Amino acid sequence: MIKDLINPTNFNLMVSKVSDVLVGALDKPLGYAINWGRIWSLWPVHLETACCSVEFGATSSPRYDCERFGIIEAFGSLRQCDLIVVQGTVTRKMAPRLRMVYDQMADPKYVIAMGACSITGGLYIDSYNVLPGIDGIIPVDVYVPGCPPRPETLIQGCMLLQEKIKRSKIK
Amino acid sequence: MYVIARENKKVENKMTDTNTNTESNTNNTNKSSNLKIVESDLKIENSLYSELSSQFPDKVQLVYTKPKRIKIYVKPENIIEVAFFLRSHFGLDHAESVCGTDYPNENVIEVIYHLNSYSREELSQIIFALSTKTDRNSSYLPSLLPVFKSVEYHERETYEMLGVYFKGHPRNERFLLPEDWADIPPLKKDFRIKGR
Amino acid sequence: MTNEFSESLEKKLEETTKLGLEVVKEATEDRLMKLSVGPQHPGSGHFRFTIKVDGDYIVYCDPDPGYVHRGEEKMCEYRNFIQNIPHLERPVIHDSTNITYSYSLAVEELLGIEVPRRGQFIRAIASELNRQVYTLYWLAIYGIFLGHSTMFMWPAGDRELFIDLLTALTGARVTHAFNIPGGVRNDIPDGFKEKCLEYVNYFEKRLKEYENIFYNNPLFRQRTENVGILTKDDAINLGVTGSVLRASGVAYDVRKVEPYDVYNEIDFKVQYMKTCDSFARAYVPFLDMRESCHIIRQLLDKMPESGEVRMKLQSNPKGTPGESYKRVESGRGALSYYIVSDGSSRPYRVKISVGSFRNILALPHLLVGSRLGDMPCIYWALNYWPVEADR
Repeated sequence: MIKDLINPTNFNLMVSKVSDVLVGALDKPLGYAINWGRIWSLWPVHLETACCSVEFGATSSPRYDCERFGIIEAFGSLRQCDLIVVQGTVTRKMAPRLRMVYDQMADPKYVIAMGACSITGGLYIDSYNVLPGIDGIIPVDVYVPGCPPRPETLIQGCMLLQEKIKRSKIK
Repeated sequence: MYVIARENKKVENKMTDTNTNTESNTNNTNKSSNLKIVESDLKIENSLYSELSSQFPDKVQLVYTKPKRIKIYVKPENIIEVAFFLRSHFGLDHAESVCGTDYPNENVIEVIYHLNSYSREELSQIIFALSTKTDRNSSYLPSLLPVFKSVEYHERETYEMLGVYFKGHPRNERFLLPEDWADIPPLKKDFRIKGR
Repeated sequence: MTNEFSESLEKKLEETTKLGLEVVKEATEDRLMKLSVGPQHPGSGHFRFTIKVDGDYIVYCDPDPGYVHRGEEKMCEYRNFIQNIPHLERPVIHDSTNITYSYSLAVEELLGIEVPRRGQFIRAIASELNRQVYTLYWLAIYGIFLGHSTMFMWPAGDRELFIDLLTALTGARVTHAFNIPGGVRNDIPDGFKEKCLEYVNYFEKRLKEYENIFYNNPLFRQRTENVGILTKDDAINLGVTGSVLRASGVAYDVRKVEPYDVYNEIDFKVQYMKTCDSFARAYVPFLDMRESCHIIRQLLDKMPESGEVRMKLQSNPKGTPGESYKRVESGRGALSYYIVSDGSSRPYRVKISVGSFRNILALPHLLVGSRLGDMPCIYWALNYWPVEADR
């Protein structure tokens, strides 16, 4: 009977239903703990796209020290990372690389768009080589405006992301 | 007009430096010395050009001399010869920049090499602009890479930004633009930015 | 008969040797491994270069910049002389006063105006402070490249002091838009002079500690000394500039050879070294920082107590037809602008010749023949900022 029920055509559906059930079962008791773990160990990828990287560097400097909020300095490999901070202008040459980096990262992954250029194109909106915002390439969780944003603003953006993770269902 | 502005500046500096005990006298001497300063300012530039024009009487054309700046125009077929002379005799040993400018009205593209010297102290303050012109529709120029190693990336950039093909350059190809760039070179004047 | 036979034999021999050579060549090609460094790489930043390695040695290097090419030069043609300032400083936001300095000088020549004396001094002060900010950031990132955490933390912390000064002076953290054609945007605030002197005195003490903990560190010296030798002749041939040139024994500083604004009244020495290696290239910016402290002190001393800081321009000024070429010494070397004006309020052509773009020509030259492990110290010691090179 099971053989009749499960065949190659509806196997995918079956798996997704099972995973839904599992998520439902895990979400209530364990979801808080898992999300809590994710919040305090956000690893950003070391992908610099433009000049906002200077302020990103300043964010992990002694004065601003974003590590106390659970965002670790960008030193790791991208397979271990779960956060991209898109640091400024994304040009047409960089866009495929940005998408490639995003695809290679393991789930769960979050995106912060830092700076006016990565939100709308900013100052460079009429340049021939700049994309008007990164929404067309990767999904964005938090927008941090500014040109460039002050480190405090970036830290606030990261805290907003943590708030978002706290409320989201685990995957 | 430029020279006058410069003169005034020199006067001010001199005034502040020297103690103004006898005002009328110093003023006069300053005025007379000013002319000398202006002359001596252009002394090196003019001597450079006179030496060059004695070597290449009908190949070199002076565009302007300003304090610490000199610009000459050379036809494309003579440019390697002149550049080699500049390097070997004047000691202008590197190019600071290679700049192409598009003039659609005259149907030419002007390419300027800004040369400077590290090895000769008296020339290190002078920017020697060596300019040449090529047709806008079929832009070919001889590459100066055999003479100045430092123009390699600058010429490559000029090629992709203005479409000037440098004969003899090993890599006339894309450098800064994306790999899939399929439009005309962006710094040509026909290339319009969207919405502008 | 014999002749033909011998000829055909020779031909065959030639063919076989050729084939043999090709086989050998293929075999050596197989030994090589191609590596792509960047743009996602802890260090290389917005820049990619492909290298081929034979075992541990690099045999080929091809830089591929342009990941932040934003078309600044084209954008300049659509904006007027004043509107150009904010976007022109974006390529090096941590050295923004210097990159707008030479632009202002060039535009002033085209407009035929002169900056008041006090304005010239304030410009020079802002420029020197910004040079410190840039060099400290550069040193901090060099620490990341070498895996030296303290070397990241200390300069990044001290950099904030100068950023505080510049914030007080200009009102913005890194993007100042402070130099405008005609002078500077505003006068210095009250108590700036004392605060500036205090910070500079403190920073000079710190520089001694820097020397002990970074430059006399045996690990740092081992990794950088005798690595990536760029001889004087090569440096001149390749046309490198700034600290890279001065580390190769050429005492060339635009502030000295072609003094702009008030630099001919300032007494300072051009710092250079003759060892030509990566250590020299890392040490010369440090010496420059020390010299910069002296310059700031002299500038504060000699600055006129009061006066105009900028010349009032008419709105939407029009340039005289012609061209101008002006350069300043930035953190990375000579930074020059070539501006052509056709008599309208917009520049006809703006060419930015930056130090980074000139220094990167030395990268393939230095990398070929060196070890893979030396790559980070060679690369970052070239004082290269990719955003600026791409413009």
